[in-house]
Amino acid sequence: MSKPDTVYFFGTCLIDLIYPQAGVSAIQLIQREGVQVIFPQAQTCCGQPAWNSGYRDEARAVARSQIALFPKPIPIVIPSGSCAGMMKTHYPELFAGQPDEAQALEVAGRVYELTEFLVDVLHIELKDLGEPVKVAVHTSCSSRREMGVADRIETLLDQLANVTKLEQIRKAECCGFGGTFAVKQPEISASMVLEKVDTIRATQADRLVGQDAGCLMNIGGAMEKQGAAIPHQHIAEFLWERTNMASTPLPSTPLRNHSHRTERPLNEAAARSLSGVEGNKETAQ
Amino acid sequence: MISEFRQHVIENLAKPKVRANFRKAMDGLMQRRLDQFPDPQELDRIRTQAQAIRANALSKLPELLEQLEARLTANGIHVHWAETTEQANQTVLAIMQQHDAKTLIKGKSMVSEEMGLNHFLEAHGIDALESDLGEFILQLAHEPPSHIVAPAIHKSRQDVAKLFNEKFPDIPYTENIDELTQAARTILRDKFYSADIGLSGVNFAVAETGTLCLVENEGNGRMSTTVPRVHIAVTGIEKVVEKFSDIPPLLSILTRSATGQPITTYFNMISSPRKPGEKDGPEEVHLVLLDNGRSNIYSDPELLATLRCIRCGACMNHCPVYTRIGGHSYGTVYPGPIGIILEPQKAGLDVHGELTQASTLCGACGEVCPVRIPIPTLINRLRFEGVRKDASTTPGTGSRRKLQEAAAWKAWSWSASHPAVYNFGATAATRLQGMLPTNMSAWTNVRSAPKLAEKTLHERLKDLGVADE
Amino acid sequence: MNNSAARANILQRLRKETPPGLPLSGEGRSCTLVADASCSSPDKGRLGGVSSFDWDKAERVRRFTERMQAVRAEIHHADRHNWLEVLVEICQAKGLNNLLLSPNTAWGQTITAQAERFPSLRHYDQPIDDWKEEMFYGIDAAFTATRGGIAETGTLILWPDAEEPRQMSLVPPIHIAVLETDQLYTTFAAAVQKQGWVETGLPTNALLVSGPSKSADIEQTLAYGVHGPKELVVILV
Repeated sequence: MSKPDTVYFFGTCLIDLIYPQAGVSAIQLIQREGVQVIFPQAQTCCGQPAWNSGYRDEARAVARSQIALFPKPIPIVIPSGSCAGMMKTHYPELFAGQPDEAQALEVAGRVYELTEFLVDVLHIELKDLGEPVKVAVHTSCSSRREMGVADRIETLLDQLANVTKLEQIRKAECCGFGGTFAVKQPEISASMVLEKVDTIRATQADRLVGQDAGCLMNIGGAMEKQGAAIPHQHIAEFLWERTNMASTPLPSTPLRNHSHRTERPLNEAAARSLSGVEGNKETAQ
Repeated sequence: MISEFRQHVIENLAKPKVRANFRKAMDGLMQRRLDQFPDPQELDRIRTQAQAIRANALSKLPELLEQLEARLTANGIHVHWAETTEQANQTVLAIMQQHDAKTLIKGKSMVSEEMGLNHFLEAHGIDALESDLGEFILQLAHEPPSHIVAPAIHKSRQDVAKLFNEKFPDIPYTENIDELTQAARTILRDKFYSADIGLSGVNFAVAETGTLCLVENEGNGRMSTTVPRVHIAVTGIEKVVEKFSDIPPLLSILTRSATGQPITTYFNMISSPRKPGEKDGPEEVHLVLLDNGRSNIYSDPELLATLRCIRCGACMNHCPVYTRIGGHSYGTVYPGPIGIILEPQKAGLDVHGELTQASTLCGACGEVCPVRIPIPTLINRLRFEGVRKDASTTPGTGSRRKLQEAAAWKAWSWSASHPAVYNFGATAATRLQGMLPTNMSAWTNVRSAPKLAEKTLHERLKDLGVADE
Repeated sequence: MNNSAARANILQRLRKETPPGLPLSGEGRSCTLVADASCSSPDKGRLGGVSSFDWDKAERVRRFTERMQAVRAEIHHADRHNWLEVLVEICQAKGLNNLLLSPNTAWGQTITAQAERFPSLRHYDQPIDDWKEEMFYGIDAAFTATRGGIAETGTLILWPDAEEPRQMSLVPPIHIAVLETDQLYTTFAAAVQKQGWVETGLPTNALLVSGPSKSADIEQTLAYGVHGPKELVVILV
C-alpha cells in the first residue's frame, strides 16, 4: 500500500503498563515520517491471553470492544508481533460465524506489525546518530510465523551504520514466554528462558532488542534476576534513540530502571512531535 | 499441587545428560532436515502436495477403507477391524493361537505401542520381541520409546553398553556403536530365524492396489515381514491413501522430514502373501485396522486435520519444549506436538488435557509439518475444548474448567471490554491478569518481577495530546 | 471377536454427518472435508505422472552413483562385455566361499556357464523352509538382477519372484545386484509410471533398496549392517 496520511495505533497492554516509552517512540517514528497517529483511548487488550487459554467467549467480548475502535479505513499499527498476530490471524477465527464477523475481518485486514509498517509501507530511511553499539536481536515467534515479518527488524537495524548485529545460536527458538505458559508450566519456561539468556550473553552484546514486549520482559527479567543484565529495549525505543539527535543517552541500566527513565520529561523534539499530532506535518520530516 | 505431568517434567529437566542427548540429537535432526529442503518454495510446494494427498484420502476415508479391504482380500491378505486396542490385541492373539505360535518378532510399530501389545501378549504366555535396534534397547531397559522415529534417542552409547553388558554378559563390554550394533545383529538373527510370527506397522496403505508400505533402514521390518510364516500388520485406519501414485511424494517428504534422508534404505511394498511357486515370504498376511478414537476425531471438521499425520516426528524434533523435557515426560505413546493434540483426543481431555499446556504456541511444529497440520491452532482449539461449557465430540470436554480460573477470566474480560474501568478504575493486578496471572512466584523464580511504569501509555499519550479518534 | 460389528461401527461413525456449528479455525477445512478437485490435489497431474524434471542418462548414472556411494554402497561401472569380469573380481576381493544366485536368469546363465571362475554357486531351488539354516548361517553373498533404479535417491528397484526370492536381497551379509542403466529412472514416480506398476499389478513384494542396512538408533550415529546386508554392491551395466 502507499503511505497513508493517518494511522491508528494499538499500544498493547504490556507496552501500556510496562514499556510505555516504546509506544511513545513508535508513535514518534511514525509521525516523523509525516503520518498522523490516532490512539483510541478506549483500547485495552487484544484478547489474546483469554484466547490462548481457551476462554473464547471472554476473548471475543474484549476483541469486540476493540474492533469498534477503528472505524476509519486506515492501517492499524501494533508494536508487537504477538498482538498483531492475534488481530490479523486469530480474529477471523474468533469471529467465525458471529454477526460481526465481517467487521472483524475488515479490521484484521488493516493490521500491521510496527516494523512491518515502517519497512513495507513507510519505506523508512534511518540515519544513525548514535555511538557504536553491539546488539543482539530476539525475533518473536509470532512475528516470524504468524505475521511472517521477523526479518523487518533486521532490515531496520541494517540501516544503522554504528550498530553491529551479533547473532546468538538458535536465534529462532522460542524464549519460553508463551503468555500464560510461563506460569502454567514454569519449569519448562524457566529452562527455555535461561538457555536463551545464555546464548544472548554469549554474544557479548551491549544491548538486546526485540519487537515483542512479552519476550523482552521474559528474557530481560531473567537476565536481571541473574544480575549484570544486558539492557534490553523494544525496537521502537531503540530506533528513536539512535535516529533522534535530541534523544536521551543510551541507558546502561536494565528493565528495573527502565520504567523510571520513562518518567523523565520527554525531550523537546519528541514532545513537539507528539503534541502536534494533527498539525505539524511540515516539521515532521 | 503439582500435576503428574509437571512432576515428570521436573524430574526430566534435572537429568543433564539426557537433556544433552536430546539437544544434540534434535539439533542434528533439524539441520539434516534443513539440508534436504534447500529451496523454500519447493518445500512449500511439496508440503501442499503432501497435504492434499492426505486430505484427499481423509475426505473419502470410509470408501477408501472399503476399497483397501476389498483389494487386500482379493490379493489374499486377511483384513481385521478393531474399534479398541483391546479388540486389536485379541485379534493378534487369536491369530497367534490359531498357529499355536509362541514367539512374535516385531518390526517398529507405534500402533503396537498404542495397543500395549507386548504386555498383553506376555500376559498370555507369548514372547514378543522388538527387533528395531532402538526398540530392542528399550525392551531390554523396560522403557517406552521417547521418540516416534528414534525411540532410544535419550540413551547414550554408555547407557547402551552397560545395558548390553548386564543382559548379555557373554558379549565383551564395548562402547563402540558398530560393535554394539553387530551384537544386536547376532542376537536378533537367531530370533528372526526361529520366530513363529512377524508383526509390523504400516506407513501407507494403498487402496487402489491393496499394498502395505513400510519405511525403514535396518532391514528388521523386511525380516519381520518376510521370514516368519505369518505376518501381521497393525495400523490406524487413517493410514490409507487413494492411489499408488500418491506414494512417491509422500515417501519423499516423510523421510526427508523425519531424519533428513532423501530416502530410507528400505521401502517395502507388500501386496500379498507367498504365491504358489514362490519360495519364501509368509504364507499368511493379516492386516489389523485400528480405530481407537480416530473415527471420533474424524467427526470434527477442524480436529480431523490431526489424522493427516504421517508420523515423521519433525514436530517433536523442532519443538523447544520436547527438546528439553524429552519424550517420557508426556506419559503418552506419542510425545511432542503431535502427541499434545492426538493423545487428549484419544484418551480424553480429562486424562491428558494438561498436555495442551505443554506448548508456547511458538509455531515451530506447524511450520515444519510435511502435511501442514496446523498444530498450534489445534492446541488452541483443544484448550477451548478443555474449558468450554457446552457439549462437544471431544472426550473430556469441559473437564479442565476450574471455577476460580473461569471467574478470573470472566472478570478480566468484563474489565477489558469496559475501557473506563480498565484504564482508570481497576487495579494494576486486574489489568495484568491476562499476561501475568496471580501465581507470581512461578514467574519470579527465575525472573525479576515486571515493574509497572508510573504512567501508562494511555496516560502519556493523553498528556501529550495524541488524537483519540 | 466381533470383527464385522467393529467394521460396521467404524464405517458408520466415519459416515456420520459432521456436527454443525463447530467453531472453525486454521486452514484446510474445505480441503479436508470436500474432495474438491481444485484444492484436494492441486498438483495431481504431476504427482501421478512424470516428474517435473528429468535428467539425461549420464546425469542419472552420475547421481545414482553419488547417492549410493554416500550411503556406503559399492558401485562398479561395467558394460555388456566385462560385467562378468567385474563380478569375478568382486567375489575374489571379498573372499567369498559361495554365491547364491538363480541359474535361470540371463545373468545367472552366463555366470553358471563359467562357474569355475566363481566361488561355489548355490541355487535357491527349493522353498526356504527346506534350507533356512543354510540361508541364515551359510551363505556369504547373493547375486540378483534388479527391475530398475532411481537416480534421484540412489535406489534399486527389486521385484523378487520365484527365481530370485525375497530373502536373497535380505539375509546374506552381502548383496550384489546388477542394474541396467537403461532401466535407471530419474525419480520413483517416473519409474512407477514408465514401468506401469499399477497397470501391471504389483508383485507380492516390491522393494526399494538404497544402500546397505543401517541404523542411527544409538546417539544418531550411523552404523551399517544391522539386520539386512552389511554390504550392497551394484554393478551398473
